[in-house]
Amino acid sequence: MNSVREIGALERSAGPGRGADRLARRLGLASLGLGVAQLVAPYRVAQLAGVDRSVRAIMIIPALGLREIGHAAALLGVRRPGRWAWTRVAGDAMDLALLGRAVAHTCGLRRVRAAAVTAAVAGITVADLYTAIRAYREGERTVRDGAVHAVGAITINKSPAEVYRFWRDLENWPRFMYHLESVRVTGDRRSHWSAKAPGFGRMRRTVEWDAEIVEDTPERIITWRSLPDADVTNWGQVRFLPGPSGRGTEVRVELDYTAPGRAAGVAIARLFGEEPRQQLRDDLRRFKQVMETGDVVRSEGSPDGLSMRQQMKQRPARPVRADELVSV
Amino acid sequence: MRANTWQGRQHVTVQDVPDPRILNAQDAIVRITSTAICGSDLHLYHGYIPTMKKGDVLGHEFMGEVVEVGPAVRNLRVGDRVVVPFPIACGACMACERGLYSVCENSNPNAGIAEKIMGYSPAGIFGYSHLLGGYAGGQAEYARVPFADVGPLKIEVDLPDEQLLFLSDILPTGYMGAELCDIKPGDTIAVWGAGPVGLFAIASAYLLGAKKVIAIDRFDYRLRKAKDQAGAEIINYELTPVAEALREMTAGRGPDACIDAVGMEAHHASGLIYGYDRAKQATRTESDRPDALREAIMNVRNGGIVAAIGAYGGFIDKFPMGAFMNRSLTMKSAQCHVQKYMRPLLERIRKGEIDPSFVITHRMRLDDAPRAFQLFREKQDECVKVVLKP
Ligand SMILES: NC(=O)c1ccc[n+]([C@@H]2O[C@H](COP(=O)([O-])OP(=O)(O)OC[C@H]3O[C@@H](n4cnc5c(N)ncnc54)[C@H](O)[C@@H]3O)[C@@H](O)[C@H]2O)c1
Ligand SMILES: [Zn+2]
Ligand SMILES: [Zn+2]
Repeated sequence: MNSVREIGALERSAGPGRGADRLARRLGLASLGLGVAQLVAPYRVAQLAGVDRSVRAIMIIPALGLREIGHAAALLGVRRPGRWAWTRVAGDAMDLALLGRAVAHTCGLRRVRAAAVTAAVAGITVADLYTAIRAYREGERTVRDGAVHAVGAITINKSPAEVYRFWRDLENWPRFMYHLESVRVTGDRRSHWSAKAPGFGRMRRTVEWDAEIVEDTPERIITWRSLPDADVTNWGQVRFLPGPSGRGTEVRVELDYTAPGRAAGVAIARLFGEEPRQQLRDDLRRFKQVMETGDVVRSEGSPDGLSMRQQMKQRPARPVRADELVSV
Repeated sequence: MRANTWQGRQHVTVQDVPDPRILNAQDAIVRITSTAICGSDLHLYHGYIPTMKKGDVLGHEFMGEVVEVGPAVRNLRVGDRVVVPFPIACGACMACERGLYSVCENSNPNAGIAEKIMGYSPAGIFGYSHLLGGYAGGQAEYARVPFADVGPLKIEVDLPDEQLLFLSDILPTGYMGAELCDIKPGDTIAVWGAGPVGLFAIASAYLLGAKKVIAIDRFDYRLRKAKDQAGAEIINYELTPVAEALREMTAGRGPDACIDAVGMEAHHASGLIYGYDRAKQATRTESDRPDALREAIMNVRNGGIVAAIGAYGGFIDKFPMGAFMNRSLTMKSAQCHVQKYMRPLLERIRKGEIDPSFVITHRMRLDDAPRAFQLFREKQDECVKVVLKP
């Protein structure tokens, strides 16, 4: 029923870096074309580049083709390809070095062709550098703006009454919302929130604000927002709907954070990392685990439980020593 | 404690690692009395399942004695003897309620990684990559077992480990393969792979009423076992063209259902096709080598069923979609929902309808795990199934 608004929200949350990403995708397609050509017709490619006399060049070209396909996979296969443009920049440097040698070692028409290809690759390098740098800048800008919007949904195998009751107790939230450190209920509808932004030394800081529940329809909907004088302006809503034919409860959450001040803005951006939607999805998965099984599920590789951030830096799947347990 | 750890491609070592500890209130710690090496472990050993980390403790087929329970465990006590199913399942989500334990919605803390590769995440599995949870495995002296009230099967009959151990994986897996075939009286079932999983699929197909079961492999010693101990008719695909043989054995009808008990590292009699798949796999343009699956699809009768119980990890190539679509075929598959099959199969073992210990050929010490992997991988010394004793 809210699908249009939600799709709009999804687009916005995917927001930053889109110009660079579009460019990066085009570069990815170019890589794919070139890579396939190098793999299936290395000799033609060698001829074009003026290096067809060199057996080594002809042998090396399919390998370069594989590398190009690698770039293509990186640039076409990820959601934020902009930053992967750096892999192409590195590849360009390699090509330029190889071509430089070719120009030095060939003569006549071949030398002209090799020089022309070198010039073309130099041009491509500029495009790659531009894309990579632009993606980097756009990344910076999100941090400065410090605005986060995310939507997410999950189905819980419990009745709307049970799910609502758990969610309505705000002090439960930090158990599954990892960006929150604590929520303290201070009045009937009022609460005090604190969140810790990751970082080192002075970069690490706690952000606190007061919030109030502005809408509370049992088993249906809870809406909250920060009080007017908070450093961090935020608004959120959770809706509960019975799943079709007794399939538990559909939980839909929307979160909006903005922090006008620069310092708070940086902190908020860091709270949610680069993928606020992913973080909200992790939060909801943990919420589901807590609701359905009573606990956040832990493995030896992920002893702190589900979190996309730490999935990238897993410890080995071997038993955890007591001193390795941080937050269990 | 001692544990067998993954160190890289074709490299495992038995090391001292910390003893496991309770991480969730519903965990139990089990002192392992018997553990086994599975065909699935070979896929890890060969580096075909992504997201393994150096130092991961391997093993997902184990049983033993409960030595510690978390505060929320109700059904188990210290001292209980248990067989542990390989998929980790919470028992409370909708998948678990439907008996689809291996796709439990809560047990994979690394669900995000799995989603990137598979769309949605399956359950966590002991000792089977970080993509599937990053859980330490059971080729060890002890293991932590999450959801102890849901998975582990308490053993109260007086039977030796060797008859019970395979309830953890391969007996239910073979049985599920046969069950997926929806066997009707008079049916002929063809089974690719006469390894432990294939052998149990053959035996189960007979238990479920198949008239004839045909085993296909290239190792004579395994085919002999399939014939002598599971009652199969046999085809050695290196000596006999499979399609012709199956057509002949079913008087032109084709097998009613086919079971792929080989999985992602199929070998091929034709060097050319084998080479093609090996090359694609090596350059990572195809992650799995699906030749048994292709053959199963091509050879099943019109309107027949293909049960894919061999393990796959990623993507396959040259899938015979034309045959699949035009001939009204059905394909079914799963990591086994072991929890669902353990009790009824224990009952069959108790009544003497099946004695799963017939697949065991090697009994070794846990410390010999590296040599055991080698033997099992090379199919040396007529190796079919290795049981390790910690
Ligand atoms: N679905 C599940 O839950 C589940 C559980 C356990 C194991 N498995 C999978 O089942 C498969 C078999 O396991 P196993 O322990 O029996 O392994 P195994 O290695 O002992 O047996 C595999 C057998 O397949 C044969 N084979 C190879 N290529 C073949 C081909 N083209 N045609 C016919 N036979 C061929 C081999 O010679 C070998 O005998 C593995 O892929 C394993 O990962 C799945
Ligand atoms: Zn197994
Ligand atoms: Zn579950």
